[in-house]
Amino acid sequence: MSARHRIVLTVNGQRVERDVEARMTLADFLRESLDLTGTHLGCEHGACGACTVQLDGNSVRSCLIFAVQADGARVTTVEGLAVKGTLSVLQRSFQQHHALQCGFCTPGMLTTAQAMLAENPDPSAEEVRRAISGNLCRCTGYLPVVAAILDAAAQLRSEAA
Amino acid sequence: MSASTSPGAPWIGRPLRRAEDARFLDGSARYVGDLKRPGMLHGVVLRSDHAHARVRSIDARTALALPGVVAVYTFEDIRRLARPIPLRLGPCPGLERFLQLPLAEGKVRYVGEPLAFLVAEGRYVAEDALELVQVEYEALDPVVDVHAARADRSLLHEALGTNVGSHYTVEKGDVSAAFAGADYTRRETFRCHRQTAAPMETRGLLAEFDAAGRRLRLWGATKVPFYNRRWLAGALDLPEAGVELIEVDVGGSFGVRGELYPEDFLVPFAAMRLGRPVKWIEDRREHFVATNHSREIECELEIACTLDGEIIGLRGRLLADMGAYVRTNGGLVPAKAAQFLPGPYRIPNVGCEVFALLTNKTPVGTYRGPGFYESSFFRERLFDLATADLRLDPAEFRRRNLVTAGEMPYGIENLCPFDADAAYDSGDFVLAFERALAEFDYARVKTLNGTLQDGRLQGVGLGCFVESGGAGPAETARLKVAAGGRIELYTGCSTMGQGHETAMAQIGADSLGLPVEAFSVFHGSTTLVEQGYGTYNSRAMAMGGSAVKLAAENLIAQLLAHVARMHEIEPAALEYSRGAIVRREDHRTLATLAGIAAAAQAGDGQARAAIECSGTFNQTRRTYSYGTNIAHVAVDPETARVEVLRFLAVDDVGRAINPLLVHGQMLGAAVQGIGGTFLDELIYDEQGQLLTGSFADYLLPTATEFPNVEVISLEAVPSTLNPLGVRGAGEGGIIATGAALANAVAHALAPLGVKITELPLSPNKLAQKMREARAAAE
Repeated sequence: MSARHRIVLTVNGQRVERDVEARMTLADFLRESLDLTGTHLGCEHGACGACTVQLDGNSVRSCLIFAVQADGARVTTVEGLAVKGTLSVLQRSFQQHHALQCGFCTPGMLTTAQAMLAENPDPSAEEVRRAISGNLCRCTGYLPVVAAILDAAAQLRSEAA
Repeated sequence: MSASTSPGAPWIGRPLRRAEDARFLDGSARYVGDLKRPGMLHGVVLRSDHAHARVRSIDARTALALPGVVAVYTFEDIRRLARPIPLRLGPCPGLERFLQLPLAEGKVRYVGEPLAFLVAEGRYVAEDALELVQVEYEALDPVVDVHAARADRSLLHEALGTNVGSHYTVEKGDVSAAFAGADYTRRETFRCHRQTAAPMETRGLLAEFDAAGRRLRLWGATKVPFYNRRWLAGALDLPEAGVELIEVDVGGSFGVRGELYPEDFLVPFAAMRLGRPVKWIEDRREHFVATNHSREIECELEIACTLDGEIIGLRGRLLADMGAYVRTNGGLVPAKAAQFLPGPYRIPNVGCEVFALLTNKTPVGTYRGPGFYESSFFRERLFDLATADLRLDPAEFRRRNLVTAGEMPYGIENLCPFDADAAYDSGDFVLAFERALAEFDYARVKTLNGTLQDGRLQGVGLGCFVESGGAGPAETARLKVAAGGRIELYTGCSTMGQGHETAMAQIGADSLGLPVEAFSVFHGSTTLVEQGYGTYNSRAMAMGGSAVKLAAENLIAQLLAHVARMHEIEPAALEYSRGAIVRREDHRTLATLAGIAAAAQAGDGQARAAIECSGTFNQTRRTYSYGTNIAHVAVDPETARVEVLRFLAVDDVGRAINPLLVHGQMLGAAVQGIGGTFLDELIYDEQGQLLTGSFADYLLPTATEFPNVEVISLEAVPSTLNPLGVRGAGEGGIIATGAALANAVAHALAPLGVKITELPLSPNKLAQKMREARAAAE
């Protein structure tokens, strides 16, 4: 139970090398070992989406995988979303649309949305709703979140054009 | 969002983006679970597996032998200090007998009741150890509903001889006479289901004790930190000034967080006993059994009216399921449900008998719109059953009976044992109602009632409400002029995600004629202001915001007096204008905020005294917000799946300090209520086991279910009860959701002969109703 394993991974662009307990979740590893507490735990059974991070570009529930499974992977957390210290287009769009209140679900919303936009830069409202349907929010009623993601997508497309 | 941003324009009323957003967007926000202290230990709670049982023994020897386990505390360890968790609100007669101790003493009364607190070096070890504690139970008959509770066959609290926590009757007018002489009466029994708020962040606490200084710090507090500090200091035998409750970022509350719970005693107790910081973070499974439930009420309600639709009487009997103990909110939920049964309507004769009953389930407390959501559903549903009988139009019936602006202030008299002579101070209920009907094109949409459109039955439903909020005890704010003329604003209000940092700055900015950027807002510690109170019942703007305005007025008076003294002239010869003190006659600037702050910094004692000032706003009378909700639904006659085609909530908030934030509150509340009406349900089996103890079973709305929700916050009639004119804005969006949706679904299913009297409107329950109706028709 307490066997330790050495893992090497890239977190928000930084190489990280640590010994971890086999049973430590990736979420606890990020929060406890790396002090990246922006990744939140809302249920610890993979249902609420607050702990979503990107693992090699895909959004995953960090409470459902072990840190050892991330050995060799590239992990992006909410702390890695800002671009050179300024909020990203998506992050600013959340502020613009008042798409957050208590902020607890926000990191998971952002990491999920960013991964979705990387695959589908021009989503419909329905596609956005489906993409974040695994991320629970109790404050906003979701409508501002959907508006923020659609607006960010439009801005990113016009930047790319 | 088209508000002007010119520097001179008022800041109140602007849809300003939140100043606090950045830290939530980049991951640097700090919630209690994110905090670490040197030498910190982790606590976990051993909870009862039984709904009702005697505890024969708790054997923690094996657990204590596990490396890393530091301590296991049971009731015997806290016996000397243990006092029951107090009843803060809602003192219905008799409830004070049913309070909960922080750890069970000899008997458990609900699944999840704390039996022991285990502390270890890490959370993983602590949870391993929890499984090693042996508890021997002797099972007793569980009491799982209000009828079994009233029968008193199995008693939760044997020494008290009854499961009836409180029983009282309230009356206004002459109810018996009204019903005896009525042309038409109709009686029905309604049920509202057990729900919980389920904020995304579970509860958590971190305690650290400095034994030498006899000083306790407790992170994770919110809602009512000043009240909780006083109780904790007493319970832990510490001076009140030696206890600091610190609020860090908070992941939602909606009523359930920040009350005193068993853990609020256990965590600091362990930290004091062990001399090391102790952290406890509730997990989601625990949350479902440990954090307050709400809403479970059965109501028999009867209306009396004339054949043309004038209501002359309303009488009811409420059976409220309180769970196993009475917690801090006492009987607030049933008492408010009873008091507001008449809602926004002119009903001369109203009576209600209230039973608050103890059952072997998690104790209840307040959840957004407590008692209001439930009573709005009971009343508005009964109205539509009555209007169907009388062949009256539901809108016309409501229009006829709504209290008009000309009748304000309107006394609702003594329908609550702890809220005497309540009255609606002001408002135009009809205006909000007509606005909602017009926006919704109600007259046209209602013609779809009961019709089949593309294979689905359609219905449109109304719900009107009032909601109390924003009252005493007093709230305090403190302002301090800092270097460069910046203003530090300290508030006793808590914040759980609403955006108070921005809204408070907007009030301060207008009060002092300065831009919002000049303000730094501080909240979240019991040391920041002398006597704050907290945030609940939509009171932060009405009470805390008004305190900021008063503090600013006091500060200006103090600065004028200071400058007058310096220049040896009368204060009346001076005036304050946008950060400067000027002479009235020639508008010459004699001093600036920056200058006075600099003098204070340089050691000028008089300046130092002048730059800091408090304001306390006191108002014991409640404000009332009010409004109307309309829902349009389509129901699949085969699957019973309901689609909300359109939902509109119109609410008068009196005055919106920040319309962006008010809109966010209303929208979030509406979706929370719509979800609560269709999805959320805490289901217990006959043994008192909770069957819906995870997010896989307790369903919350996601982004896909209810995309067609609109909210309109009016600023029609300012409140007369505070200098800002604000009414509560945090809860209005949720209150009539159940009422309007139930009416809409009922109108859709009327052709099938389905009668809707219960929530939730879940597909399985609706499908069952439809099957029953079809069977009855055959």
